[in-house]
Amino acid sequence: MRYFSLILLSFFLFSCQENTQIEQSENMEDTMDDLSIYQLPSEWNTQDGQTIEFKDLKGKPLVVVMIYTACRTACPRLVADMRMIEERVSSKKMRDIQYVMVSIDPINDTPEKLKQFAKDNQMEGPEWLFLQGTEDGVRDFANIMAVKYKQINPIDFSHSNIISVFDRRGVMKYQKEGLGLVGEEIVNKIVAVAKN
Amino acid sequence: MRKLILLMAGFFLISNASAQTIQMALIEGGNYTPLYGVGEQSETSVGDFYLDKLPVTYADFQEFVRKHPKWQKSNVTKLFADSRYLSNWENDLKAPANLMDKPITMVSWFAAKAYCECQGKRLPTVDEWEYAAMASTSKRDARSDSLYNVSILRSYEQPKTYMKTVGNSESNYWGVQDMHGMVWEWTQDFNSIILTGESRNNGNTDAGLFCAAGAIGAKDMMNYAAFMRFAMRSSLKANFSLTTLGFRCAKDAGPQNQLTFK
Repeated sequence: MRYFSLILLSFFLFSCQENTQIEQSENMEDTMDDLSIYQLPSEWNTQDGQTIEFKDLKGKPLVVVMIYTACRTACPRLVADMRMIEERVSSKKMRDIQYVMVSIDPINDTPEKLKQFAKDNQMEGPEWLFLQGTEDGVRDFANIMAVKYKQINPIDFSHSNIISVFDRRGVMKYQKEGLGLVGEEIVNKIVAVAKN
Repeated sequence: MRKLILLMAGFFLISNASAQTIQMALIEGGNYTPLYGVGEQSETSVGDFYLDKLPVTYADFQEFVRKHPKWQKSNVTKLFADSRYLSNWENDLKAPANLMDKPITMVSWFAAKAYCECQGKRLPTVDEWEYAAMASTSKRDARSDSLYNVSILRSYEQPKTYMKTVGNSESNYWGVQDMHGMVWEWTQDFNSIILTGESRNNGNTDAGLFCAAGAIGAKDMMNYAAFMRFAMRSSLKANFSLTTLGFRCAKDAGPQNQLTFK
């Protein structure tokens, strides 16, 4: 019992300190912008079953939205907005932009579901990335983007419809709220970010 | 015999280690109707959990930042805390001497969350916090007690309650103190509070801003004090560090969590 408690004790201490050390060594490696989302320690599964962290996306401008695949109301419109943005941006010969759809429902949105969703919405190119996180990782990420969400029954979530643009260093540069408002503004912002 | 002594010593060690749990109150779960219900089902069930009897103080937080340099004010990652984070501290290691027994404020959600995790705890959910906070000194649910509600509202009218010393108010039914009349408190899922009428983008309808916005409406409009708390939560962002916003930690009360190790 005593040994067991000691083992548990050391585990607790370790898990808390370990975190600190890892992040400190990362900070020494390269000077990261203090507002960069690459500092998030969470891991994510992609629609292709790979495990990544945000820092693996370093160097690419990101256009990010939070959705869940069972959504029947706003998300199809958000997805349509994302497709329209992608079309307009790529028509300006901006090609290395990563469009990221982060699921707010990590329990149900498995990589397989995300893959199917990508297929159903003709978002199968390499520019589209779908992410499944942990509940904790998703909440942290939503809080970085000031996205609000609440599970209202086993299937549905209420959530803010916000598209966020991050520059190549992972710093948020622009946010667009609301649906069906794809104007020149967000397209121009993405192009400006991609040129830097 | 020797084994027995060892065993006794072991238990003693554990009971010492669980001193931290003594600082927490066991809240027996139950059903309650949150101010902002979830669709058709209005009742939410809250499981048993432990809640810190007192808000985290400056002294507690000073100990934490001394152990975890990355949460000191000059080291903190700006992604996780705005410029007001611990801005009233004399330096990285020293909180203002006169505030040691006051509730820590000017801490971001990320910092509060990290503090609790390093104690083997977590932030309480909105439901847990509200559930524990609806208890008066004698009742588990005193929300229908108009005197109780008035006393909470009165406390919201007082200025500078964040300068009060923790632990001087009466314990509620569960043995928890200072949930009202001191500071607002961070909750784990504060970002689940979506108020209709909140519009960060003037001219847009909420239906456009939020998926399934129609499902969200207040259940108990009489509870004005709770309405103020929810409005405050909905206005927060996780990097905010405000003078009037502190926190306390919680913990699951499953059998596996009966013992605390620090």
